[in-house]
Amino acid sequence: MGRYKENMKVYLDFEKPVADLEGKLAELRTLEEGEGGVGIADEIARLQTKADQALRDIYGKLTPWQKTQVARHPERPHTLDYISALIEDYTPMAGDRQYGEDEAIVGGLGRFRDRPVMVLGHEKGSDTESRLKHNFGMARPEGYRKTVRLMETADRFGLPVITFVDTAGAYPGIGAEERGQAEAIARGIDACLALGTPTVSVIIGEGGSGGAVAIAVTNAVLMMEHSIYTVASPEASASILWHDSSRAADAATAMKVTASDLKRFKVIDQIISEPVGGAHRAPQEAMESAGRAIESVLKEFDGVESDEIRRRRREKFIAMGRSL
Amino acid sequence: MNWINNIVRPKIRGLLVKKETPDNLWVKCPETGEMVFHRDLEANLHVIPGSGHHMRMPAETRLKQLFDNGEYVRIETPDVVADPLKFRDERRYSDRIKDSRAKTGERDAVRIAYGTLDAQPVTVGVQDFEFMGGSLGMAAGEAVITGLETAAERRTPFILFAASGGARMQEGILSLMQMPRSTVAVAKLREARLPYIVVLTHPTTGGVTASYAMLGDIHIAEPGALIGFAGPRVIEQTIREKLPPGFQRSEYLLKHGMVDMVVHRHDLRATLSRICRILLKAPSLGHSVPVTGAPDAEPVQLPPPMAEAAD
Repeated sequence: MGRYKENMKVYLDFEKPVADLEGKLAELRTLEEGEGGVGIADEIARLQTKADQALRDIYGKLTPWQKTQVARHPERPHTLDYISALIEDYTPMAGDRQYGEDEAIVGGLGRFRDRPVMVLGHEKGSDTESRLKHNFGMARPEGYRKTVRLMETADRFGLPVITFVDTAGAYPGIGAEERGQAEAIARGIDACLALGTPTVSVIIGEGGSGGAVAIAVTNAVLMMEHSIYTVASPEASASILWHDSSRAADAATAMKVTASDLKRFKVIDQIISEPVGGAHRAPQEAMESAGRAIESVLKEFDGVESDEIRRRRREKFIAMGRSL
Repeated sequence: MNWINNIVRPKIRGLLVKKETPDNLWVKCPETGEMVFHRDLEANLHVIPGSGHHMRMPAETRLKQLFDNGEYVRIETPDVVADPLKFRDERRYSDRIKDSRAKTGERDAVRIAYGTLDAQPVTVGVQDFEFMGGSLGMAAGEAVITGLETAAERRTPFILFAASGGARMQEGILSLMQMPRSTVAVAKLREARLPYIVVLTHPTTGGVTASYAMLGDIHIAEPGALIGFAGPRVIEQTIREKLPPGFQRSEYLLKHGMVDMVVHRHDLRATLSRICRILLKAPSLGHSVPVTGAPDAEPVQLPPPMAEAAD
C-alpha cells in the first residue's frame, strides 16, 4: 500500500473549507512541535473539531456532480489497492490468447478470506506512468476478451469471481473498433451470465457505460457510497443531450448516477458506506467494508448449485426495471 | 431471389394502396447526388438504382418485404414504466416520446412480428431508426426479449434487423441494463438451439452493438452501413486523428472478421431464407430433389395469430 504512505492530499474544489482548516492545523502542528504550549494544543483541538464537522457537512449532502468528482478522486483506492488489501496469494494472469495483454483490466487467481477466487477489475493507475500503462482504466477488446478467459477459467475450477468496476468507459479508438470493441463487450456480458459460480462486483469509482457492464453482470452488484454508475459519462451525456460537454454537472444530476439512485431503481443490490470524507480519506477502512460485503454475498451462495446460481443471476437481470 | 416478388409486387401494391404524397417526390442519392423518383426508390427496396446506395428502409416495409405475401402477425410487447428518471433536457422526455409515437404510430422503437419466410416460420424484430434513433430503452429491450422468447417458444429462428444510435440516454442506467437483459434472452435461444440471425443496417452503434446485435449465430450487414461501438465523432475527438476511409462500414467489418457477409438488399430475403433452412435442416428450395432424411418436408402451417395483424 505504498501509495498511501506519504500523506499528501488532493482537495476537490468543494472541499475548500476543509482544506483551509486543515492547512491551518498543519501550520499549528509545526508550531507546536517547535514551541509547544497549552494555547496551541487547545487551538488545534478546536480547529480539528471544526474541520471534522465541515467534512461531515460537505459529505452529508454531496451533489451528483460532486460525487462524480469523488468517484474520480486520484487518491481513491483503485482495483490494485483492493486486491492488495483483500486478496492473498494474488497471482496475476495476462493476455487474451488471441491478440495481446491489455493492462486496463487486471486480474488473476487469489484467495479471499481463505476462499480460492478469481479477481479482476479495471485499473486506472495512480501516477502518470501507471496511468499510461493502464490506459486510464479504459479497456480495449483484448481486455474484455481477457476477462472472458479468466471467467471461463474460474467456471472450470469452480471459483467465485469478484470484479472491481472503475472505468470511464471502453476505449474509443481506431484499433479498438478494428478488433471488435462491441463484440468483445457483448461476449463479456454473455460470459458473466454463463458462469456457474457465484459472482460479485463492486463499483468502486466510475461505472462507465458498456465498458463497465462487461464485467458487472453479477449475482450481486455492490456500490461504494460515492461511486457512480451511468449509461454514459456525465461529459459524454452532456455532449449528446445539449451538444455541450461543459454541462456535465447538469447531466450528472439529470442522469441519476449515484448509488442511492441506483439502489432505488433496484439496479444495484447494496450500498457500501464510505468513511466520512470519502474512501480516499481512510482507504483501509473503506476497503475493509467492501471486503465484509463481498464475504457476506459469497456466503449466501455456499452450497448453491451452479444451475441455481446461473438462474438467479438471469432472473435478477430480467426482472430489472419491471417494477420500479 | 424471385425478382417478381421484389420488383413487381411492391409496384403493384404501390398502385393499389393509396398513399399520402410525400413532401419530397425526388430523393437525392447521398453518394452521387443522383435524383430518384420516390416511387422508383420504393420499388427498388430503397436502394438507389444507379449507385447501389442503401437508403433507410421503413420498418414496416422491412416486414412486408420479408414475409411470404407480405403477411405477418404482430407480437405484442410489454408496456414498461414510463419515464423512470422524470427526465428533461431541453424538452421533457415524455413529450419526446409522445412526438415519436405520433410520428411512427408505434409505442416504441422495436417491433416484433411472426410469419413465414418461404413457408418456414420465423420471428422477426425490426428496430425503427425513425423512433428516437432506434435507441435502446426499456421498451425496446422488452421487445427484443419478447422476440427472442417468442422464437424459443414457437421453435423458430429469430431474425433481427438492427438500427440504433445506442442507449436511450433519457432512461439512464435502466437503458444500460438492457444490454445484460437482452443477452439473457439471446443465451436462452442459443440453449434452445435455434438460429439467431442479425442483420446490421445503417447505423448500428453503442450499447446495441455491444450486446444483442453482436451475439448472433450469423451476422449479415447491409452495404455501407455504419456499425461500431463508439461513434466516429467520439473517436475523432479522443484520438485527434482523421479516421481512415470506410472506417466502421460494413465492408470494413467484414474485412476485420466481425460480420459473416455483406449482402445487397435485393439478395437479403433469399439469403436469410437459405440460412434458416440450412440451420433448421429443412429441404433446400434451390434443389428439385428433396434432401433425404429431412425432418419435415411438408409446408408448415401458421398457428392462429396471437396479436392482431398489422394494418
